[in-house]
Amino acid sequence: MTSLITMDDLSNDEINEVLETAEKLLPVARGEKYLPLLQGKILGNLFFEPSTRTRMSFETAMKRLGGDVVNLGSVASSSVIKGETLYDTIRMVDGYTDIIALRHPRQGAAQYAADSAEVPIANGGDGAGHHPTQTMLDLFTIKQAHGGLERLNIVLAGDLRYGRTVHSLAHALHRFNCDLVFVSPKGLRMPADIVSDLEALGAKITETDDLFGSINNADVLYMTRIQKERFPDEEEYRKVSGSFKLQASDLNEAKENMIVMHPLPRVDEITPDVDKTRHARYFEQAFNGVVTRMALLCKLLDVEIPEGEL
Amino acid sequence: MSAPETAMRRVTAINNGTVLDHIPAGKALLVLKMLGLDGEMATPVSLVMNVPSGKMGGKDIVKVEDRELTQSELDRLALIAPHASVAIIRAYNVAEKRVVNLGEEVVNVISCCFNNCASLGAREPLDHRLKVATHEPLSLRCHYCGRTQDMETLVDNLL
Repeated sequence: MTSLITMDDLSNDEINEVLETAEKLLPVARGEKYLPLLQGKILGNLFFEPSTRTRMSFETAMKRLGGDVVNLGSVASSSVIKGETLYDTIRMVDGYTDIIALRHPRQGAAQYAADSAEVPIANGGDGAGHHPTQTMLDLFTIKQAHGGLERLNIVLAGDLRYGRTVHSLAHALHRFNCDLVFVSPKGLRMPADIVSDLEALGAKITETDDLFGSINNADVLYMTRIQKERFPDEEEYRKVSGSFKLQASDLNEAKENMIVMHPLPRVDEITPDVDKTRHARYFEQAFNGVVTRMALLCKLLDVEIPEGEL
Repeated sequence: MSAPETAMRRVTAINNGTVLDHIPAGKALLVLKMLGLDGEMATPVSLVMNVPSGKMGGKDIVKVEDRELTQSELDRLALIAPHASVAIIRAYNVAEKRVVNLGEEVVNVISCCFNNCASLGAREPLDHRLKVATHEPLSLRCHYCGRTQDMETLVDNLL
Protein backbone atom coordinates (compact mmCIF):
# COMPACT_ATOMS: atom_id res chain seq x y z
CA MET A 1 0.00 0.00 0.00
CA THR A 2 1.57 3.28 -1.07
CA SER A 3 -1.26 5.76 -0.51
CA LEU A 4 -4.67 5.81 1.15
CA ILE A 5 -7.08 7.47 -1.26
CA THR A 6 -10.29 5.51 -0.77
CA MET A 7 -11.30 2.63 1.51
CA ASP A 8 -10.79 0.33 -1.49
CA ASP A 9 -7.06 0.71 -0.85
CA LEU A 10 -7.48 -1.41 2.29
CA SER A 11 -8.62 -5.03 2.40
CA ASN A 12 -10.78 -6.14 5.33
CA ASP A 13 -7.74 -7.88 6.81
CA GLU A 14 -5.73 -4.66 6.52
CA ILE A 15 -8.55 -2.69 8.14
CA ASN A 16 -8.52 -5.12 11.08
CA GLU A 17 -4.74 -4.98 11.26
CA VAL A 18 -4.74 -1.13 11.41
CA LEU A 19 -7.49 -1.14 14.06
CA GLU A 20 -5.51 -3.63 16.15
CA THR A 21 -2.40 -1.46 15.83
CA ALA A 22 -4.46 1.56 16.89
CA GLU A 23 -5.72 -0.30 19.96
CA LYS A 24 -2.15 -1.11 20.88
CA LEU A 25 -1.04 2.51 20.44
CA LEU A 26 -3.72 3.94 22.76
CA PRO A 27 -1.31 4.60 25.68
CA VAL A 28 0.99 6.46 23.26
CA ALA A 29 -1.91 8.53 21.92
CA ARG A 30 -2.88 9.44 25.47
CA GLY A 31 0.67 10.55 26.21
CA GLU A 32 1.15 7.84 28.85
CA LYS A 33 3.99 6.25 26.92
CA TYR A 34 6.50 7.67 24.47
CA LEU A 35 7.21 5.59 21.39
CA PRO A 36 9.25 7.53 18.79
CA LEU A 37 8.60 5.14 15.92
CA LEU A 38 8.47 7.99 13.39
CA GLN A 39 11.48 9.94 14.63
CA GLY A 40 13.21 11.63 11.69
CA LYS A 41 10.08 11.48 9.53
CA ILE A 42 8.23 14.58 8.36
CA LEU A 43 4.54 14.86 7.56
CA GLY A 44 3.44 17.55 5.09
CA ASN A 45 0.00 18.80 6.15
CA LEU A 46 -1.59 20.24 3.00
CA PHE A 47 -5.03 21.52 3.88
CA PHE A 48 -6.46 23.59 1.05
CA GLU A 49 -9.75 23.85 2.97
CA PRO A 50 -10.42 24.68 6.60
CA SER A 51 -10.14 21.72 8.95
CA THR A 52 -9.79 21.50 12.70
CA ARG A 53 -10.01 17.86 13.72
CA THR A 54 -8.41 16.19 10.73
CA ARG A 55 -5.45 18.59 10.50
CA MET A 56 -4.83 18.70 14.25
CA SER A 57 -5.19 14.97 14.75
CA PHE A 58 -2.75 14.21 11.90
CA GLU A 59 -0.31 16.62 13.52
CA THR A 60 -0.82 15.17 16.99
CA ALA A 61 -0.50 11.62 15.66
CA MET A 62 2.82 12.42 13.99
CA LYS A 63 4.20 14.18 17.06
CA ARG A 64 3.09 11.46 19.51
CA LEU A 65 5.21 9.06 17.47
CA GLY A 66 8.25 11.35 17.52
CA GLY A 67 7.83 12.68 13.98
CA ASP A 68 7.64 16.25 12.77
CA VAL A 69 5.13 18.24 10.74
CA VAL A 70 5.31 21.03 8.18
CA ASN A 71 2.14 22.88 7.27
CA LEU A 72 1.02 24.52 4.05
CA GLY A 73 -0.50 27.28 6.16
CA SER A 74 -3.34 29.28 4.76
CA VAL A 75 -3.94 28.96 1.04
CA ALA A 76 -4.21 32.76 0.83
CA SER A 77 -0.54 33.18 1.82
CA SER A 78 0.82 30.21 -0.21
CA SER A 79 1.95 29.97 -3.81
CA VAL A 80 -1.43 28.42 -4.63
CA ILE A 81 -2.90 31.91 -4.74
CA LYS A 82 -0.30 32.80 -7.39
CA GLY A 83 -1.77 30.11 -9.60
CA GLU A 84 0.46 27.16 -8.80
CA THR A 85 -0.99 23.86 -9.98
CA LEU A 86 -1.77 21.08 -7.52
CA TYR A 87 0.81 19.02 -9.41
CA ASP A 88 3.60 21.56 -8.77
CA THR A 89 2.64 22.05 -5.12
CA ILE A 90 2.69 18.31 -4.55
CA ARG A 91 6.02 17.84 -6.38
CA MET A 92 7.55 20.54 -4.21
CA VAL A 93 6.24 19.20 -0.90
CA ASP A 94 7.14 15.69 -2.04
CA GLY A 95 10.76 16.78 -1.87
CA TYR A 96 10.42 18.19 1.65
CA THR A 97 8.53 15.40 3.38
CA ASP A 98 8.13 11.65 3.87
CA ILE A 99 4.33 11.59 3.71
CA ILE A 100 1.57 14.06 2.80
CA ALA A 101 -1.88 14.49 4.35
CA LEU A 102 -4.09 16.31 1.87
CA ARG A 103 -7.46 18.00 2.04
CA HIS A 104 -8.65 19.71 -1.11
CA PRO A 105 -11.95 21.15 -2.37
CA ARG A 106 -11.75 19.30 -5.69
CA GLN A 107 -12.93 15.71 -5.89
CA GLY A 108 -10.18 13.34 -7.04
CA ALA A 109 -7.42 15.62 -5.73
CA ALA A 110 -5.96 12.88 -3.55
CA GLN A 111 -5.61 10.47 -6.46
CA TYR A 112 -4.20 13.30 -8.56
CA ALA A 113 -1.65 14.01 -5.83
CA ALA A 114 -0.79 10.31 -5.48
CA ASP A 115 -0.08 10.17 -9.22
CA SER A 116 2.15 13.26 -8.88
CA ALA A 117 4.15 12.29 -5.79
CA GLU A 118 6.73 9.72 -4.78
CA VAL A 119 5.80 9.84 -1.09
CA PRO A 120 2.54 8.31 0.21
CA ILE A 121 -0.61 10.45 0.23
CA ALA A 122 -3.19 10.19 3.01
CA ASN A 123 -6.52 11.55 1.76
CA GLY A 124 -7.96 13.89 4.37
CA GLY A 125 -11.05 14.65 2.27
CA ASP A 126 -11.38 15.56 -1.40
CA GLY A 127 -14.45 17.61 -2.28
CA ALA A 128 -17.55 15.44 -2.04
CA GLY A 129 -15.35 12.39 -2.60
CA HIS A 130 -13.67 10.28 0.06
CA HIS A 131 -12.43 10.67 3.60
CA PRO A 132 -10.94 7.27 4.44
CA THR A 133 -9.04 8.26 7.59
CA GLN A 134 -12.36 9.48 9.05
CA THR A 135 -13.91 6.15 8.09
CA MET A 136 -11.10 4.30 9.83
CA LEU A 137 -11.58 6.25 13.06
CA ASP A 138 -15.34 5.64 12.83
CA LEU A 139 -14.72 1.90 12.41
CA PHE A 140 -12.32 1.97 15.36
CA THR A 141 -14.98 3.64 17.52
CA ILE A 142 -17.61 1.09 16.48
CA LYS A 143 -15.24 -1.81 17.11
CA GLN A 144 -14.35 -0.47 20.55
CA ALA A 145 -18.03 -0.33 21.51
CA HIS A 146 -19.20 -3.59 20.00
CA GLY A 147 -16.08 -5.75 20.01
CA GLY A 148 -16.22 -6.17 16.23
CA LEU A 149 -17.71 -4.79 13.05
CA GLU A 150 -19.71 -7.72 11.70
CA ARG A 151 -23.49 -7.74 11.23
CA LEU A 152 -24.39 -4.60 13.16
CA ASN A 153 -27.46 -2.46 12.55
CA ILE A 154 -26.13 0.97 11.63
CA VAL A 155 -28.34 4.04 11.26
CA LEU A 156 -26.79 6.90 9.27
CA ALA A 157 -28.85 10.04 9.78
CA GLY A 158 -28.95 13.65 8.60
CA ASP A 159 -27.39 15.07 5.46
CA LEU A 160 -26.50 11.92 3.55
CA ARG A 161 -26.32 13.69 0.21
CA TYR A 162 -23.38 16.02 0.74
CA GLY A 163 -21.67 14.33 3.70
CA ARG A 164 -18.62 12.53 2.28
CA THR A 165 -18.07 10.94 5.70
CA VAL A 166 -21.17 8.79 5.40
CA HIS A 167 -20.44 7.80 1.80
CA SER A 168 -17.11 6.15 2.63
CA LEU A 169 -18.49 4.73 5.87
CA ALA A 170 -21.52 3.10 4.23
CA HIS A 171 -19.27 1.29 1.75
CA ALA A 172 -16.92 0.12 4.48
CA LEU A 173 -19.71 -1.10 6.78
CA HIS A 174 -21.28 -3.10 3.99
CA ARG A 175 -17.98 -4.97 3.64
CA PHE A 176 -18.52 -6.19 7.21
CA ASN A 177 -22.09 -7.32 6.45
CA CYS A 178 -23.78 -4.57 8.46
CA ASP A 179 -27.43 -3.69 7.85
CA LEU A 180 -27.65 -0.06 6.81
CA VAL A 181 -30.51 2.33 7.55
CA PHE A 182 -30.31 5.70 5.78
CA VAL A 183 -32.41 8.36 7.52
CA SER A 184 -32.55 11.75 5.87
CA PRO A 185 -34.95 14.50 4.89
CA LYS A 186 -36.16 14.52 1.31
CA GLY A 187 -33.58 16.33 -0.78
CA LEU A 188 -30.66 15.18 1.38
CA ARG A 189 -30.95 11.45 0.62
CA MET A 190 -27.94 9.26 -0.02
CA PRO A 191 -26.96 9.77 -3.69
CA ALA A 192 -28.71 7.24 -5.95
CA ASP A 193 -25.46 5.98 -7.48
CA ILE A 194 -24.08 5.12 -4.04
CA VAL A 195 -27.30 3.30 -3.08
CA SER A 196 -27.37 1.38 -6.36
CA ASP A 197 -23.65 0.52 -6.08
CA LEU A 198 -24.23 -0.83 -2.57
CA GLU A 199 -27.33 -2.77 -3.59
CA ALA A 200 -25.49 -4.27 -6.55
CA LEU A 201 -22.93 -5.52 -4.03
CA GLY A 202 -25.75 -7.17 -2.06
CA ALA A 203 -26.07 -4.62 0.75
CA LYS A 204 -29.24 -4.63 2.85
CA ILE A 205 -30.44 -1.02 2.86
CA THR A 206 -33.49 0.70 4.32
CA GLU A 207 -34.23 4.32 3.40
CA THR A 208 -36.57 6.41 5.56
CA ASP A 209 -37.15 9.91 6.90
CA ASP A 210 -38.23 8.62 10.33
CA LEU A 211 -35.28 9.12 12.68
CA PHE A 212 -37.00 8.28 15.94
CA GLY A 213 -38.54 5.07 14.61
CA SER A 214 -35.06 3.86 13.66
CA ILE A 215 -33.34 4.28 17.02
CA ASN A 216 -34.53 1.30 19.06
CA ASN A 217 -33.18 -1.34 16.71
CA ALA A 218 -29.84 0.40 16.14
CA ASP A 219 -26.40 -0.68 17.35
CA VAL A 220 -24.94 2.59 16.07
CA LEU A 221 -26.71 5.89 15.44
CA TYR A 222 -24.42 8.05 13.31
CA MET A 223 -25.70 11.63 13.19
CA THR A 224 -24.49 14.26 10.75
CA ARG A 225 -24.99 18.00 10.54
CA ILE A 226 -27.76 19.39 8.36
CA GLN A 227 -26.45 22.61 6.88
CA LYS A 228 -28.71 25.62 6.59
CA GLU A 229 -27.30 26.59 3.20
CA ARG A 230 -28.68 23.40 1.65
CA PHE A 231 -32.25 24.73 2.00
CA PRO A 232 -34.08 27.28 -0.13
CA ASP A 233 -35.43 29.16 2.89
CA GLU A 234 -35.11 29.46 6.65
CA GLU A 235 -38.60 28.06 7.30
CA GLU A 236 -37.90 24.84 5.38
CA TYR A 237 -34.58 24.42 7.21
CA ARG A 238 -36.19 24.89 10.62
CA LYS A 239 -38.87 22.31 9.87
CA VAL A 240 -36.36 19.69 8.78
CA SER A 241 -33.71 20.36 11.39
CA GLY A 242 -36.41 20.07 14.09
CA SER A 243 -37.21 16.52 12.99
CA PHE A 244 -33.50 15.65 13.13
CA LYS A 245 -32.77 16.88 16.62
CA LEU A 246 -31.72 14.12 19.00
CA GLN A 247 -32.40 14.56 22.72
CA ALA A 248 -31.55 12.31 25.66
CA SER A 249 -35.22 11.31 26.09
CA ASP A 250 -35.26 9.90 22.54
CA LEU A 251 -32.79 7.26 23.69
CA ASN A 252 -34.90 5.79 26.53
CA GLU A 253 -35.76 2.66 24.56
CA ALA A 254 -32.43 2.32 22.78
CA LYS A 255 -30.36 -0.84 23.12
CA GLU A 256 -28.09 -0.84 26.17
CA ASN A 257 -24.87 -0.75 24.14
CA MET A 258 -26.09 1.46 21.29
CA ILE A 259 -23.67 4.30 20.59
CA VAL A 260 -24.36 7.76 19.18
CA MET A 261 -21.61 9.05 16.88
CA HIS A 262 -21.08 12.34 15.06
CA PRO A 263 -18.11 13.49 12.95
CA LEU A 264 -18.40 16.97 14.56
CA PRO A 265 -18.82 19.90 14.50
CA ARG A 266 -22.42 19.57 15.64
CA VAL A 267 -24.89 22.43 15.66
CA ASP A 268 -28.44 21.59 16.79
CA GLU A 269 -28.74 17.95 15.82
CA ILE A 270 -27.61 16.53 19.18
CA THR A 271 -28.64 18.44 22.29
CA PRO A 272 -26.04 18.70 25.09
CA ASP A 273 -28.11 16.45 27.42
CA VAL A 274 -27.20 13.50 25.17
CA ASP A 275 -23.53 14.03 26.14
CA LYS A 276 -24.26 12.68 29.62
CA THR A 277 -25.91 9.47 28.47
CA ARG A 278 -24.00 6.18 28.18
CA HIS A 279 -24.67 6.26 24.46
CA ALA A 280 -22.70 9.42 23.59
CA ARG A 281 -19.44 8.52 21.89
CA TYR A 282 -18.61 11.51 19.69
CA PHE A 283 -15.83 13.01 21.78
CA GLU A 284 -14.10 9.62 22.10
CA GLN A 285 -14.63 9.34 18.36
CA ALA A 286 -12.75 12.63 17.84
CA PHE A 287 -9.92 11.42 20.10
CA ASN A 288 -9.81 8.17 18.13
CA GLY A 289 -8.80 10.26 15.13
CA VAL A 290 -5.36 10.57 16.69
CA VAL A 291 -4.74 6.92 17.46
CA THR A 292 -6.18 5.68 14.17
CA ARG A 293 -4.05 8.13 12.19
CA MET A 294 -1.01 7.03 14.20
CA ALA A 295 -1.64 3.46 13.06
CA LEU A 296 -2.24 4.60 9.47
CA LEU A 297 0.93 6.74 9.39
CA CYS A 298 2.93 3.69 10.52
CA LYS A 299 1.33 1.55 7.84
CA LEU A 300 1.82 4.12 5.06
CA LEU A 301 5.44 4.68 6.10
CA ASP A 302 5.99 0.94 6.38
CA VAL A 303 7.11 1.20 10.01
CA GLU A 304 6.77 -1.98 12.09
CA ILE A 305 5.05 -1.81 15.48
CA PRO A 306 7.08 -3.67 18.17
CA GLU A 307 5.67 -7.10 19.04
CA GLY A 308 4.18 -7.74 22.47
CA GLU A 309 3.18 -5.15 25.02
CA LEU A 310 4.52 -1.65 24.43
CA MET B 1 -29.28 -7.72 -54.00
CA SER B 2 -29.08 -8.12 -50.20
CA ALA B 3 -29.91 -5.29 -47.83
CA PRO B 4 -26.28 -4.54 -46.79
CA GLU B 5 -25.20 -4.32 -50.42
CA THR B 6 -28.02 -1.87 -51.14
CA ALA B 7 -26.89 0.16 -48.20
CA MET B 8 -23.28 0.24 -49.34
CA ARG B 9 -24.25 1.47 -52.76
CA ARG B 10 -26.08 4.53 -51.54
CA VAL B 11 -22.69 6.19 -51.77
CA THR B 12 -20.10 5.36 -54.33
CA ALA B 13 -17.16 3.14 -53.64
CA ILE B 14 -14.03 5.03 -52.63
CA ASN B 15 -10.63 4.66 -54.21
CA ASN B 16 -8.51 5.10 -51.09
CA GLY B 17 -9.45 5.76 -47.49
CA THR B 18 -11.39 4.28 -44.58
CA VAL B 19 -14.90 2.82 -44.39
CA LEU B 20 -16.61 2.64 -41.03
CA ASP B 21 -19.57 0.27 -41.10
CA HIS B 22 -22.06 -1.01 -38.54
CA ILE B 23 -22.28 2.26 -36.67
CA PRO B 24 -25.47 2.31 -34.56
CA ALA B 25 -28.27 4.09 -36.47
CA GLY B 26 -28.21 7.83 -35.95
CA LYS B 27 -24.73 8.01 -34.46
CA ALA B 28 -22.72 8.88 -37.59
CA LEU B 29 -22.56 12.60 -36.80
CA LEU B 30 -21.26 11.81 -33.32
CA VAL B 31 -18.67 9.52 -34.88
CA LEU B 32 -17.45 12.36 -37.08
CA LYS B 33 -17.19 14.63 -34.08
CA MET B 34 -15.38 11.98 -32.07
CA LEU B 35 -12.88 11.46 -34.90
CA GLY B 36 -12.36 15.19 -35.31
CA LEU B 37 -13.76 15.14 -38.86
CA ASP B 38 -15.36 18.52 -38.57
CA GLY B 39 -15.74 19.64 -42.16
CA GLU B 40 -12.73 21.96 -42.04
CA MET B 41 -10.54 19.37 -43.72
CA ALA B 42 -10.04 18.89 -47.45
CA THR B 43 -10.81 15.16 -47.36
CA PRO B 44 -14.19 14.16 -48.81
CA VAL B 45 -16.40 12.42 -46.25
CA SER B 46 -19.66 10.60 -47.11
CA LEU B 47 -22.14 9.33 -44.65
CA VAL B 48 -25.40 7.46 -44.79
CA MET B 49 -27.72 7.19 -41.87
CA ASN B 50 -30.50 4.81 -40.86
CA VAL B 51 -30.03 2.28 -43.63
CA PRO B 52 -31.49 -1.21 -43.12
CA SER B 53 -29.12 -3.78 -41.66
CA GLY B 54 -29.80 -7.48 -41.24
CA LYS B 55 -27.69 -7.65 -38.09
CA MET B 56 -28.59 -4.36 -36.44
CA GLY B 57 -32.00 -3.40 -37.83
CA GLY B 58 -30.62 -0.03 -38.88
CA LYS B 59 -27.12 1.35 -39.10
CA ASP B 60 -24.98 4.25 -40.27
CA ILE B 61 -21.93 4.14 -42.53
CA VAL B 62 -19.10 6.67 -42.87
CA LYS B 63 -16.57 6.76 -45.69
CA VAL B 64 -13.50 8.94 -45.36
CA GLU B 65 -11.56 9.39 -48.59
CA ASP B 66 -7.79 9.65 -48.96
CA ARG B 67 -7.16 9.13 -45.30
CA GLU B 68 -6.31 5.97 -43.41
CA LEU B 69 -7.43 6.49 -39.86
CA THR B 70 -4.89 5.37 -37.29
CA GLN B 71 -5.64 2.70 -34.74
CA SER B 72 -5.70 5.25 -31.91
CA GLU B 73 -8.19 7.37 -33.84
CA LEU B 74 -10.29 4.31 -34.47
CA ASP B 75 -10.22 3.31 -30.84
CA ARG B 76 -12.19 6.47 -30.07
CA LEU B 77 -14.98 4.92 -32.11
CA ALA B 78 -15.44 2.28 -29.47
CA LEU B 79 -16.94 4.93 -27.19
CA ILE B 80 -19.88 5.34 -29.58
CA ALA B 81 -19.80 2.32 -31.87
CA PRO B 82 -18.04 -0.54 -30.09
CA HIS B 83 -19.13 -3.03 -32.74
CA ALA B 84 -18.23 -0.93 -35.78
CA SER B 85 -16.26 -2.64 -38.50
CA VAL B 86 -13.44 -0.78 -40.16
CA ALA B 87 -11.94 -1.35 -43.59
CA ILE B 88 -8.91 0.40 -45.03
CA ILE B 89 -9.42 0.79 -48.77
CA ARG B 90 -6.60 0.98 -51.30
CA ALA B 91 -7.30 1.08 -55.04
CA TYR B 92 -10.99 0.22 -54.48
CA ASN B 93 -10.11 -2.95 -52.57
CA VAL B 94 -10.25 -3.77 -48.89
CA ALA B 95 -6.56 -3.76 -48.04
CA GLU B 96 -6.98 -4.22 -44.29
CA LYS B 97 -9.72 -4.85 -41.76
CA ARG B 98 -9.28 -3.31 -38.38
CA VAL B 99 -10.97 -3.98 -35.08
CA VAL B 100 -12.11 -1.21 -32.79
CA ASN B 101 -10.58 -1.77 -29.39
CA LEU B 102 -11.59 0.13 -26.29
CA GLY B 103 -9.12 -1.42 -23.85
CA GLU B 104 -9.38 -0.78 -20.13
CA GLU B 105 -8.76 2.95 -20.09
CA VAL B 106 -9.39 5.97 -22.33
CA VAL B 107 -6.47 8.37 -22.00
CA ASN B 108 -6.45 12.00 -23.15
CA VAL B 109 -9.50 11.61 -25.38
CA ILE B 110 -12.22 12.98 -23.14
CA SER B 111 -12.11 14.99 -19.94
CA CYS B 112 -14.17 14.11 -16.86
CA CYS B 113 -17.76 15.34 -17.03
CA PHE B 114 -17.77 16.41 -13.36
CA ASN B 115 -16.80 20.05 -13.25
CA ASN B 116 -15.27 19.84 -9.77
CA CYS B 117 -12.88 17.02 -10.70
CA ALA B 118 -9.23 17.71 -9.80
CA SER B 119 -8.11 16.74 -13.30
CA LEU B 120 -9.90 19.81 -14.69
CA GLY B 121 -7.85 22.33 -12.72
CA ALA B 122 -6.25 25.04 -14.84
CA ARG B 123 -2.89 23.95 -16.33
CA GLU B 124 -2.86 20.66 -14.42
CA PRO B 125 -0.51 18.50 -16.48
CA LEU B 126 -1.46 14.87 -15.77
CA ASP B 127 -3.31 12.74 -18.35
CA HIS B 128 -7.10 12.73 -18.46
CA ARG B 129 -7.97 9.12 -17.63
CA LEU B 130 -11.37 7.45 -17.83
CA LYS B 131 -11.51 3.82 -16.80
CA VAL B 132 -13.85 1.34 -18.42
CA ALA B 133 -16.13 0.21 -15.58
CA THR B 134 -18.30 -2.08 -17.73
CA HIS B 135 -18.13 -2.92 -21.43
CA GLU B 136 -21.78 -3.94 -21.97
CA PRO B 137 -23.35 -1.49 -21.57
CA LEU B 138 -20.36 0.79 -21.78
CA SER B 139 -19.77 2.83 -18.66
CA LEU B 140 -16.72 4.93 -17.77
CA ARG B 141 -15.43 6.25 -14.48
CA CYS B 142 -12.90 8.98 -13.92
CA HIS B 143 -9.61 7.61 -12.60
CA TYR B 144 -9.27 10.60 -10.26
CA CYS B 145 -12.69 11.50 -8.87
CA GLY B 146 -14.39 8.16 -9.51
CA ARG B 147 -17.50 9.73 -11.01
CA THR B 148 -19.50 7.69 -13.52
CA GLN B 149 -19.52 9.58 -16.82
CA ASP B 150 -22.66 10.72 -18.57
CA MET B 151 -22.49 8.76 -21.83
CA GLU B 152 -25.03 11.02 -23.54
CA THR B 153 -22.83 14.10 -23.25
CA LEU B 154 -19.46 12.35 -23.53
CA VAL B 155 -18.60 13.89 -26.86
CA ASP B 156 -19.06 17.39 -25.42
CA ASN B 157 -15.96 16.82 -23.31
CA LEU B 158 -13.70 15.80 -26.18
CA LEU B 159 -10.18 17.11 -25.73
